Amino acid sequence: MKRGAAAVALLLAACAAPPDTRRSGLAFMTPATQALQRDDTQNPGMLWVQDGAALWSRAAGTSGRSCADCHGDAPRSMRGVATRYPRLDASLGRPVDLGERIAQCRVRQGATPPPAESQERLSLQAYVAHQSRGLPIAPDDDPRLVPFRERGRQLFERRIGQLNLACAQCHDQLAGARLGGSTIPQGHPSGYPIYRLEWQSLGSLQRRMRNCMSGVRAEPHAYGAIELIELELHLMQRARGMPLETPAVRP
Amino acid sequence: MTTLLQRRELLVAGIGLAVSWRAAATPAEMDAAILDFTGGAPVREGKIGFEVAPLVENGNTVPITLSVDSPMSASDHVQAIALFNSGNPQPQVALFRLGPRAGKAIVSMRMRLATSQKLTAVARLSDGSHWSRTVDVVVTLAACVEG
Amino acid sequence: MARALINMPTTARRAEVIEIRTLISHPMETGYRRDSDGALQARDILRRFTCRYDGEIVFSAELHAAIAANPYISFHTVALASGVISFSWEGDNGFAQTESRTLAVT
Repeated sequence: MKRGAAAVALLLAACAAPPDTRRSGLAFMTPATQALQRDDTQNPGMLWVQDGAALWSRAAGTSGRSCADCHGDAPRSMRGVATRYPRLDASLGRPVDLGERIAQCRVRQGATPPPAESQERLSLQAYVAHQSRGLPIAPDDDPRLVPFRERGRQLFERRIGQLNLACAQCHDQLAGARLGGSTIPQGHPSGYPIYRLEWQSLGSLQRRMRNCMSGVRAEPHAYGAIELIELELHLMQRARGMPLETPAVRP
Repeated sequence: MTTLLQRRELLVAGIGLAVSWRAAATPAEMDAAILDFTGGAPVREGKIGFEVAPLVENGNTVPITLSVDSPMSASDHVQAIALFNSGNPQPQVALFRLGPRAGKAIVSMRMRLATSQKLTAVARLSDGSHWSRTVDVVVTLAACVEG
Repeated sequence: MARALINMPTTARRAEVIEIRTLISHPMETGYRRDSDGALQARDILRRFTCRYDGEIVFSAELHAAIAANPYISFHTVALASGVISFSWEGDNGFAQTESRTLAVT
Protein backbone atom coordinates (compact mmCIF):
# COMPACT_ATOMS: atom_id res chain seq x y z
CA MET A 1 0.00 0.00 0.00
CA LYS A 2 2.90 2.28 0.89
CA ARG A 3 4.67 1.40 -2.36
CA GLY A 4 1.57 2.28 -4.34
CA ALA A 5 1.35 5.70 -2.71
CA ALA A 6 5.02 6.36 -3.41
CA ALA A 7 4.59 5.38 -7.04
CA VAL A 8 1.66 7.75 -7.46
CA ALA A 9 3.64 10.59 -5.85
CA LEU A 10 6.52 9.95 -8.24
CA LEU A 11 4.17 9.93 -11.22
CA LEU A 12 2.57 13.20 -10.13
CA ALA A 13 5.98 14.80 -9.66
CA ALA A 14 7.04 13.67 -13.13
CA CYS A 15 3.87 15.10 -14.68
CA ALA A 16 4.26 18.43 -12.88
CA ALA A 17 7.77 19.26 -14.10
CA PRO A 18 8.19 19.90 -17.85
CA PRO A 19 10.93 17.69 -19.35
CA ASP A 20 14.33 19.39 -19.58
CA THR A 21 15.08 19.51 -23.31
CA ARG A 22 18.47 21.09 -22.82
CA ARG A 23 21.36 19.05 -24.18
CA SER A 24 25.07 19.71 -23.93
CA GLY A 25 27.07 19.97 -27.15
CA LEU A 26 28.44 16.57 -26.12
CA ALA A 27 25.15 14.98 -27.14
CA PHE A 28 25.38 16.41 -30.67
CA MET A 29 28.80 14.93 -31.42
CA THR A 30 29.70 11.67 -33.11
CA PRO A 31 30.66 8.79 -30.80
CA ALA A 32 34.32 9.10 -31.80
CA THR A 33 34.50 12.73 -30.69
CA GLN A 34 32.52 11.97 -27.53
CA ALA A 35 35.10 9.31 -26.69
CA LEU A 36 37.85 11.92 -27.03
CA GLN A 37 36.20 14.02 -24.32
CA ARG A 38 35.26 11.19 -21.99
CA ASP A 39 38.75 9.68 -21.80
CA ASP A 40 41.16 11.84 -19.79
CA THR A 41 44.08 9.92 -21.27
CA GLN A 42 43.04 10.99 -24.78
CA ASN A 43 41.45 14.40 -24.18
CA PRO A 44 43.91 16.96 -25.61
CA GLY A 45 42.42 19.57 -23.24
CA MET A 46 44.08 17.70 -20.37
CA LEU A 47 47.45 18.93 -21.65
CA TRP A 48 46.35 22.45 -20.70
CA VAL A 49 44.90 21.27 -17.39
CA GLN A 50 48.28 19.71 -16.61
CA ASP A 51 49.97 22.97 -17.54
CA GLY A 52 47.58 24.87 -15.29
CA ALA A 53 48.40 22.57 -12.39
CA ALA A 54 52.08 23.38 -12.82
CA LEU A 55 51.39 27.13 -13.06
CA TRP A 56 49.19 26.95 -9.92
CA SER A 57 52.21 26.00 -7.83
CA ARG A 58 54.70 28.30 -9.51
CA ALA A 59 55.48 31.68 -7.93
CA ALA A 60 54.72 34.56 -10.27
CA GLY A 61 55.37 38.26 -10.09
CA THR A 62 57.16 40.49 -7.60
CA SER A 63 55.12 39.18 -4.67
CA GLY A 64 56.84 35.81 -5.10
CA ARG A 65 53.56 34.06 -4.34
CA SER A 66 51.97 31.27 -6.31
CA CYS A 67 48.23 30.61 -6.57
CA ALA A 68 48.73 27.76 -4.12
CA ASP A 69 50.18 30.08 -1.47
CA CYS A 70 46.85 31.89 -1.05
CA HIS A 71 44.36 29.40 -2.45
CA GLY A 72 45.92 26.18 -1.24
CA ASP A 73 44.90 22.93 -2.80
CA ALA A 74 42.90 23.71 -5.96
CA PRO A 75 40.64 20.63 -5.97
CA ARG A 76 39.36 21.84 -2.61
CA SER A 77 39.47 25.64 -2.87
CA MET A 78 38.40 25.99 -6.49
CA ARG A 79 35.62 23.43 -6.34
CA GLY A 80 32.43 25.05 -7.60
CA VAL A 81 34.09 28.36 -8.45
CA ALA A 82 33.79 28.15 -12.23
CA THR A 83 30.07 27.32 -12.02
CA ARG A 84 29.33 30.80 -10.69
CA TYR A 85 31.15 32.98 -13.17
CA PRO A 86 30.88 35.69 -14.55
CA ARG A 87 30.71 37.56 -11.25
CA LEU A 88 30.56 41.23 -10.38
CA ASP A 89 33.79 43.04 -9.70
CA ALA A 90 32.74 45.73 -7.22
CA SER A 91 35.75 47.97 -7.86
CA LEU A 92 35.18 47.90 -11.63
CA GLY A 93 31.41 48.11 -11.28
CA ARG A 94 30.92 45.43 -13.92
CA PRO A 95 31.05 41.66 -14.21
CA VAL A 96 34.24 39.81 -15.12
CA ASP A 97 34.68 36.30 -16.44
CA LEU A 98 36.98 33.70 -14.90
CA GLY A 99 39.86 34.47 -17.26
CA GLU A 100 39.79 38.15 -16.39
CA ARG A 101 39.59 37.37 -12.66
CA ILE A 102 42.72 35.20 -12.98
CA ALA A 103 44.51 37.96 -14.90
CA GLN A 104 43.58 40.50 -12.20
CA CYS A 105 45.03 38.25 -9.53
CA ARG A 106 48.28 37.97 -11.48
CA VAL A 107 48.43 41.78 -11.54
CA ARG A 108 47.91 41.87 -7.76
CA GLN A 109 50.94 39.59 -7.42
CA GLY A 110 52.99 42.05 -9.44
CA ALA A 111 53.08 39.91 -12.59
CA THR A 112 52.16 40.94 -16.12
CA PRO A 113 48.54 40.03 -16.78
CA PRO A 114 48.32 37.08 -19.17
CA PRO A 115 46.57 38.25 -22.34
CA ALA A 116 43.31 36.70 -23.52
CA GLU A 117 43.79 33.31 -25.25
CA SER A 118 47.39 33.12 -24.02
CA GLN A 119 48.79 29.75 -23.01
CA GLU A 120 49.12 30.89 -19.39
CA ARG A 121 45.60 32.25 -19.06
CA LEU A 122 43.93 29.32 -20.81
CA SER A 123 45.88 26.76 -18.80
CA LEU A 124 45.01 28.35 -15.46
CA GLN A 125 41.41 28.83 -16.54
CA ALA A 126 41.19 25.21 -17.67
CA TYR A 127 42.75 23.99 -14.43
CA VAL A 128 40.40 26.04 -12.23
CA ALA A 129 37.27 25.18 -14.22
CA HIS A 130 38.28 21.51 -14.28
CA GLN A 131 37.90 21.46 -10.47
CA SER A 132 34.17 22.01 -11.03
CA ARG A 133 33.76 19.22 -13.57
CA GLY A 134 30.51 17.39 -12.94
CA LEU A 135 29.06 20.17 -10.80
CA PRO A 136 25.87 21.97 -11.93
CA ILE A 137 26.21 25.44 -13.43
CA ALA A 138 25.08 27.81 -10.64
CA PRO A 139 25.10 31.46 -11.76
CA ASP A 140 25.64 34.05 -9.05
CA ASP A 141 22.29 35.43 -7.81
CA ASP A 142 23.81 38.87 -7.15
CA PRO A 143 21.00 41.31 -8.12
CA ARG A 144 23.58 43.75 -9.49
CA LEU A 145 24.22 41.29 -12.31
CA VAL A 146 20.62 41.44 -13.52
CA PRO A 147 20.90 44.42 -15.90
CA PHE A 148 24.05 42.95 -17.48
CA ARG A 149 22.42 39.53 -17.86
CA GLU A 150 19.34 41.12 -19.40
CA ARG A 151 21.51 42.93 -21.95
CA GLY A 152 23.14 39.59 -22.69
CA ARG A 153 19.73 38.08 -23.43
CA GLN A 154 18.97 40.95 -25.79
CA LEU A 155 22.30 40.47 -27.57
CA PHE A 156 21.52 36.78 -27.92
CA GLU A 157 18.22 37.59 -29.62
CA ARG A 158 19.44 40.42 -31.83
CA ARG A 159 20.11 39.84 -35.53
CA ILE A 160 23.67 40.65 -36.55
CA GLY A 161 25.98 40.49 -39.55
CA GLN A 162 25.61 40.28 -43.30
CA LEU A 163 23.74 37.03 -42.83
CA ASN A 164 21.42 38.89 -40.46
CA LEU A 165 21.13 36.06 -37.97
CA ALA A 166 20.59 36.11 -34.23
CA CYS A 167 22.20 33.53 -31.94
CA ALA A 168 18.70 32.53 -30.82
CA GLN A 169 17.64 31.63 -34.35
CA CYS A 170 20.21 28.85 -34.70
CA HIS A 171 20.71 27.81 -31.12
CA ASP A 172 17.18 28.13 -29.75
CA GLN A 173 14.94 27.54 -32.76
CA LEU A 174 17.06 25.41 -35.07
CA ALA A 175 19.12 23.35 -32.62
CA GLY A 176 19.19 19.75 -33.81
CA ALA A 177 18.79 20.75 -37.46
CA ARG A 178 21.77 20.70 -39.81
CA LEU A 179 24.01 23.48 -41.14
CA GLY A 180 26.33 22.20 -43.83
CA GLY A 181 27.32 18.75 -42.64
CA SER A 182 27.06 19.51 -38.94
CA THR A 183 24.26 19.36 -36.43
CA ILE A 184 23.49 22.73 -34.83
CA PRO A 185 24.04 22.47 -31.06
CA GLN A 186 22.10 24.45 -28.45
CA GLY A 187 25.13 26.61 -27.65
CA HIS A 188 25.61 25.94 -23.93
CA PRO A 189 28.82 27.14 -22.24
CA SER A 190 29.16 23.93 -20.31
CA GLY A 191 32.71 22.85 -21.07
CA TYR A 192 34.86 25.91 -21.48
CA PRO A 193 37.70 26.37 -22.15
CA ILE A 194 37.20 23.74 -24.88
CA TYR A 195 39.56 21.85 -27.14
CA ARG A 196 37.99 22.64 -30.46
CA LEU A 197 39.05 20.26 -33.23
CA GLU A 198 38.71 23.14 -35.68
CA TRP A 199 41.31 25.14 -33.70
CA GLN A 200 43.49 22.13 -32.88
CA SER A 201 43.96 23.96 -29.64
CA LEU A 202 42.24 24.98 -26.42
CA GLY A 203 40.20 28.17 -26.55
CA SER A 204 37.79 30.25 -24.52
CA LEU A 205 34.07 30.92 -24.83
CA GLN A 206 34.92 34.41 -26.05
CA ARG A 207 36.93 32.93 -28.93
CA ARG A 208 34.05 30.63 -29.81
CA MET A 209 31.49 33.43 -29.78
CA ARG A 210 33.79 35.57 -31.94
CA ASN A 211 33.94 32.63 -34.40
CA CYS A 212 30.15 32.57 -34.56
CA MET A 213 30.05 36.29 -35.21
CA SER A 214 32.56 35.91 -38.03
CA GLY A 215 30.44 33.03 -39.25
CA VAL A 216 27.44 35.31 -39.78
CA ARG A 217 29.78 37.96 -41.19
CA ALA A 218 29.42 40.34 -38.28
CA GLU A 219 32.21 42.37 -36.71
CA PRO A 220 33.18 40.29 -33.66
CA HIS A 221 33.36 42.07 -30.31
CA ALA A 222 36.92 42.52 -29.08
CA TYR A 223 38.30 40.13 -26.47
CA GLY A 224 37.23 41.36 -23.04
CA ALA A 225 34.36 43.47 -24.41
CA ILE A 226 31.50 43.87 -21.98
CA GLU A 227 29.12 42.47 -24.61
CA LEU A 228 30.90 39.11 -24.50
CA ILE A 229 30.64 39.03 -20.71
CA GLU A 230 26.94 39.91 -20.90
CA LEU A 231 26.37 37.14 -23.42
CA GLU A 232 28.19 34.70 -21.14
CA LEU A 233 25.97 35.77 -18.23
CA HIS A 234 22.90 34.97 -20.30
CA LEU A 235 24.33 31.68 -21.55
CA MET A 236 25.25 30.52 -18.05
CA GLN A 237 21.75 31.35 -16.80
CA ARG A 238 20.28 29.52 -19.78
CA ALA A 239 22.42 26.52 -18.87
CA ARG A 240 21.70 26.69 -15.13
CA GLY A 241 21.86 23.25 -13.57
CA MET A 242 23.67 21.54 -16.45
CA PRO A 243 26.95 19.92 -15.42
CA LEU A 244 30.27 21.54 -16.22
CA GLU A 245 32.48 19.38 -18.49
CA THR A 246 35.76 21.28 -18.61
CA PRO A 247 37.82 20.52 -20.60
CA ALA A 248 35.25 19.65 -23.25
CA VAL A 249 36.09 18.59 -26.81
CA ARG A 250 34.05 20.06 -29.62
CA PRO A 251 34.28 19.76 -33.45
CA MET B 1 57.60 10.79 -61.81
CA THR B 2 56.05 14.26 -61.57
CA THR B 3 52.50 15.25 -60.69
CA LEU B 4 50.69 18.46 -61.55
CA LEU B 5 49.32 20.21 -58.48
CA GLN B 6 46.56 22.74 -58.76
CA ARG B 7 45.07 25.25 -56.33
CA ARG B 8 41.58 24.41 -55.35
CA GLU B 9 38.91 26.65 -53.78
CA LEU B 10 36.43 25.01 -51.46
CA LEU B 11 33.12 26.66 -50.60
CA VAL B 12 31.54 25.79 -47.29
CA ALA B 13 27.74 25.57 -47.51
CA GLY B 14 26.00 28.88 -46.91
CA ILE B 15 28.94 30.65 -45.34
CA GLY B 16 30.88 31.43 -48.48
CA LEU B 17 34.26 30.76 -46.88
CA ALA B 18 37.09 30.16 -49.35
CA VAL B 19 39.89 27.81 -48.30
CA SER B 20 42.74 26.95 -50.62
CA TRP B 21 45.10 24.02 -50.31
CA ARG B 22 47.20 21.85 -52.58
CA ALA B 23 45.41 19.22 -54.53
CA ALA B 24 45.31 15.85 -52.89
CA ALA B 25 47.73 13.01 -53.52
CA THR B 26 46.36 10.79 -56.22
CA PRO B 27 45.54 7.14 -55.65
CA ALA B 28 48.58 6.47 -57.87
CA GLU B 29 50.81 8.28 -55.40
CA MET B 30 49.33 6.20 -52.58
CA ASP B 31 50.07 3.02 -54.56
CA ALA B 32 53.63 4.19 -55.12
CA ALA B 33 54.09 4.86 -51.41
CA ILE B 34 52.72 1.41 -50.55
CA LEU B 35 55.11 -0.13 -53.06
CA ASP B 36 57.95 1.72 -51.38
CA PHE B 37 56.98 0.10 -48.07
CA THR B 38 56.44 -3.43 -49.33
CA GLY B 39 59.40 -3.45 -51.70
CA GLY B 40 57.26 -5.09 -54.37
CA ALA B 41 56.24 -8.09 -52.22
CA PRO B 42 52.71 -9.42 -52.82
CA VAL B 43 50.06 -7.89 -50.59
CA ARG B 44 46.93 -9.77 -49.57
CA GLU B 45 43.78 -8.32 -48.06
CA GLY B 46 43.06 -9.35 -44.52
CA LYS B 47 44.34 -9.78 -40.96
CA ILE B 48 44.08 -6.06 -40.13
CA GLY B 49 41.36 -4.63 -37.89
CA PHE B 50 40.69 -0.99 -38.88
CA GLU B 51 38.69 1.08 -36.42
CA VAL B 52 37.65 4.50 -37.68
CA ALA B 53 34.32 6.31 -37.69
CA PRO B 54 32.79 6.05 -41.18
CA LEU B 55 31.51 9.62 -40.89
CA VAL B 56 33.86 12.22 -39.42
CA GLU B 57 32.48 15.59 -38.36
CA ASN B 58 35.81 17.37 -38.38
CA GLY B 59 38.80 16.19 -40.36
CA ASN B 60 41.33 17.80 -38.02
CA THR B 61 41.35 14.98 -35.48
CA VAL B 62 40.26 11.52 -36.61
CA PRO B 63 40.89 8.72 -34.11
CA ILE B 64 42.12 5.47 -35.66
CA THR B 65 42.97 2.10 -34.16
CA LEU B 66 44.82 -0.51 -36.19
CA SER B 67 45.16 -4.08 -34.95
CA VAL B 68 46.54 -7.36 -36.21
CA ASP B 69 45.60 -10.63 -34.57
CA SER B 70 49.06 -12.06 -33.98
CA PRO B 71 50.66 -14.11 -31.18
CA MET B 72 53.55 -11.59 -31.24
CA SER B 73 56.01 -14.36 -30.47
CA ALA B 74 59.63 -14.40 -31.56
CA SER B 75 58.78 -16.60 -34.55
CA ASP B 76 55.40 -15.07 -35.45
CA HIS B 77 54.85 -11.37 -34.98
CA VAL B 78 54.04 -8.09 -36.69
CA GLN B 79 57.17 -6.17 -37.70
CA ALA B 80 55.52 -3.00 -38.94
CA ILE B 81 52.18 -1.39 -39.72
CA ALA B 82 52.09 1.46 -42.24
CA LEU B 83 49.13 3.78 -42.85
CA PHE B 84 48.46 5.54 -46.14
CA ASN B 85 45.76 7.90 -47.45
CA SER B 86 44.51 8.74 -50.93
CA GLY B 87 43.27 12.30 -50.50
CA ASN B 88 45.71 14.26 -48.34
CA PRO B 89 48.62 16.20 -49.92
CA GLN B 90 50.99 13.36 -48.98
CA PRO B 91 50.21 9.65 -49.19
CA GLN B 92 52.04 8.57 -46.01
CA VAL B 93 50.49 9.00 -42.58
CA ALA B 94 52.67 6.97 -40.24
CA LEU B 95 54.85 3.87 -39.98
CA PHE B 96 54.77 1.91 -36.73
CA ARG B 97 57.51 -0.61 -35.94
CA LEU B 98 56.59 -3.33 -33.49
CA GLY B 99 58.18 -6.69 -32.68
CA PRO B 100 57.70 -9.46 -30.11
CA ARG B 101 58.22 -7.06 -27.19
CA ALA B 102 55.13 -5.12 -28.24
CA GLY B 103 52.97 -7.91 -26.85
CA LYS B 104 49.89 -6.92 -28.84
CA ALA B 105 49.72 -5.47 -32.34
CA ILE B 106 47.24 -2.73 -31.48
CA VAL B 107 48.13 0.89 -32.24
CA SER B 108 45.94 3.98 -31.86
CA MET B 109 46.60 7.45 -33.17
CA ARG B 110 44.76 10.48 -34.51
CA MET B 111 45.18 11.74 -38.03
CA ARG B 112 43.96 14.55 -40.25
CA LEU B 113 41.72 14.07 -43.24
CA ALA B 114 41.56 16.96 -45.69
CA THR B 115 38.59 15.45 -47.48
CA SER B 116 36.60 12.26 -47.82
CA GLN B 117 39.01 9.56 -49.02
CA LYS B 118 40.34 6.02 -48.73
CA LEU B 119 42.69 4.89 -45.99
CA THR B 120 44.92 1.83 -46.44
CA ALA B 121 46.83 0.07 -43.69
CA VAL B 122 49.56 -2.43 -44.61
CA ALA B 123 51.12 -4.84 -42.11
CA ARG B 124 54.42 -6.67 -42.55
CA LEU B 125 54.71 -9.91 -40.63
CA SER B 126 57.85 -11.64 -39.44
CA ASP B 127 57.47 -14.30 -42.16
CA GLY B 128 57.79 -11.55 -44.75
CA SER B 129 54.13 -11.58 -45.77
CA HIS B 130 52.19 -8.35 -46.27
CA TRP B 131 48.54 -7.82 -45.48
CA SER B 132 46.35 -4.80 -46.15
CA ARG B 133 42.95 -3.32 -45.34
CA THR B 134 41.28 -0.33 -47.00
CA VAL B 135 38.41 1.76 -45.63
CA ASP B 136 36.38 4.68 -46.98
CA VAL B 137 35.91 7.69 -44.70
CA VAL B 138 33.47 10.56 -45.30
CA VAL B 139 34.52 13.92 -43.86
CA THR B 140 32.20 16.84 -43.22
CA LEU B 141 33.27 20.26 -41.94
CA ALA B 142 32.42 22.24 -38.84
CA ALA B 143 29.81 24.80 -39.83
CA CYS B 144 31.16 27.94 -38.16
CA VAL B 145 34.84 28.14 -39.12
CA GLU B 146 37.11 30.89 -37.91
CA GLY B 147 37.20 33.64 -40.50
CA MET C 1 59.51 21.60 -23.01
CA ALA C 2 56.24 20.55 -24.57
CA ARG C 3 53.65 19.24 -22.17
CA ALA C 4 53.35 15.49 -22.33
CA LEU C 5 50.89 13.12 -20.69
CA ILE C 6 51.86 9.48 -20.30
CA ASN C 7 49.36 6.93 -19.09
CA MET C 8 50.60 3.53 -18.12
CA PRO C 9 50.38 1.33 -15.04
CA THR C 10 53.08 1.71 -12.38
CA THR C 11 53.14 -2.02 -11.64
CA ALA C 12 52.55 -5.16 -13.70
CA ARG C 13 52.90 -8.91 -13.41
CA ARG C 14 55.73 -10.53 -15.32
CA ALA C 15 54.80 -11.26 -18.95
CA GLU C 16 51.67 -9.11 -18.67
CA VAL C 17 50.99 -6.98 -21.75
CA ILE C 18 50.38 -3.38 -20.70
CA GLU C 19 48.90 -0.52 -22.69
CA ILE C 20 50.76 2.77 -22.85
CA ARG C 21 49.04 5.97 -23.98
CA THR C 22 51.04 9.07 -24.84
CA LEU C 23 49.87 12.58 -25.60
CA ILE C 24 52.19 15.48 -26.36
CA SER C 25 51.40 19.08 -27.21
CA HIS C 26 52.71 20.01 -30.64
CA PRO C 27 51.00 21.98 -33.45
CA MET C 28 52.07 19.53 -36.20
CA GLU C 29 52.10 22.43 -38.65
CA THR C 30 51.65 20.75 -42.02
CA GLY C 31 53.38 23.27 -44.24
CA TYR C 32 50.29 23.58 -46.41
CA ARG C 33 48.45 26.25 -44.45
CA ARG C 34 48.60 29.93 -45.29
CA ASP C 35 48.36 32.75 -42.77
CA SER C 36 46.05 35.73 -43.13
CA ASP C 37 48.58 37.49 -45.39
CA GLY C 38 48.68 34.51 -47.74
CA ALA C 39 52.19 33.46 -46.77
CA LEU C 40 52.83 29.74 -46.44
CA GLN C 41 53.40 28.67 -42.83
CA ALA C 42 56.52 26.54 -42.64
CA ARG C 43 56.23 22.83 -41.85
CA ASP C 44 56.94 22.03 -38.22
CA ILE C 45 56.07 18.50 -37.27
CA LEU C 46 57.18 15.67 -35.03
CA ARG C 47 58.88 13.01 -37.13
CA ARG C 48 59.82 10.19 -34.78
CA PHE C 49 58.53 8.64 -31.61
CA THR C 50 60.57 5.96 -29.84
CA CYS C 51 59.77 3.92 -26.77
CA ARG C 52 62.71 2.25 -25.04
CA TYR C 53 62.37 -0.29 -22.27
CA ASP C 54 65.63 -0.47 -20.30
CA GLY C 55 67.39 0.94 -23.32
CA GLU C 56 65.95 -1.44 -25.91
CA ILE C 57 63.52 -0.07 -28.51
CA VAL C 58 60.19 -1.86 -28.09
CA PHE C 59 58.05 0.41 -30.25
CA SER C 60 58.69 3.28 -32.62
CA ALA C 61 56.80 5.41 -35.10
CA GLU C 62 57.65 7.57 -38.10
CA LEU C 63 55.17 10.43 -38.28
CA HIS C 64 54.10 12.57 -41.21
CA ALA C 65 52.12 15.79 -41.54
CA ALA C 66 48.84 13.87 -41.62
CA ILE C 67 49.15 13.08 -37.92
CA ALA C 68 46.80 15.38 -35.99
CA ALA C 69 48.02 18.21 -33.75
CA ASN C 70 48.85 17.26 -30.17
CA PRO C 71 49.75 13.73 -31.23
CA TYR C 72 48.23 10.84 -29.37
CA ILE C 73 49.84 7.41 -29.76
CA SER C 74 48.81 4.33 -27.83
CA PHE C 75 50.56 0.96 -28.05
CA HIS C 76 51.46 -2.08 -25.95
CA THR C 77 54.54 -3.68 -24.47
CA VAL C 78 55.34 -6.82 -22.49
CA ALA C 79 56.27 -6.26 -18.83
CA LEU C 80 59.47 -8.29 -18.71
CA ALA C 81 61.32 -6.84 -15.73
CA SER C 82 61.24 -3.81 -13.48
CA GLY C 83 62.89 -0.90 -15.16
CA VAL C 84 62.70 2.47 -16.84
CA ILE C 85 60.54 3.03 -19.88
CA SER C 86 61.51 6.14 -21.84
CA PHE C 87 59.57 8.00 -24.51
CA SER C 88 61.37 10.20 -27.03
CA TRP C 89 59.90 12.56 -29.57
CA GLU C 90 62.02 14.15 -32.30
CA GLY C 91 60.97 16.60 -34.94
CA ASP C 92 61.59 19.64 -37.11
CA ASN C 93 63.56 22.64 -35.86
CA GLY C 94 65.60 20.45 -33.57
CA PHE C 95 62.67 19.35 -31.43
CA ALA C 96 63.76 16.65 -29.02
CA GLN C 97 62.05 15.62 -25.79
CA THR C 98 62.24 12.58 -23.58
CA GLU C 99 59.99 11.49 -20.73
CA SER C 100 60.57 8.49 -18.47
CA ARG C 101 58.48 6.32 -16.23
CA THR C 102 59.40 3.41 -14.01
CA LEU C 103 57.57 0.12 -14.15
CA ALA C 104 57.68 -2.29 -11.22
CA VAL C 105 57.29 -5.88 -12.41
CA THR C 106 56.40 -8.55 -9.86
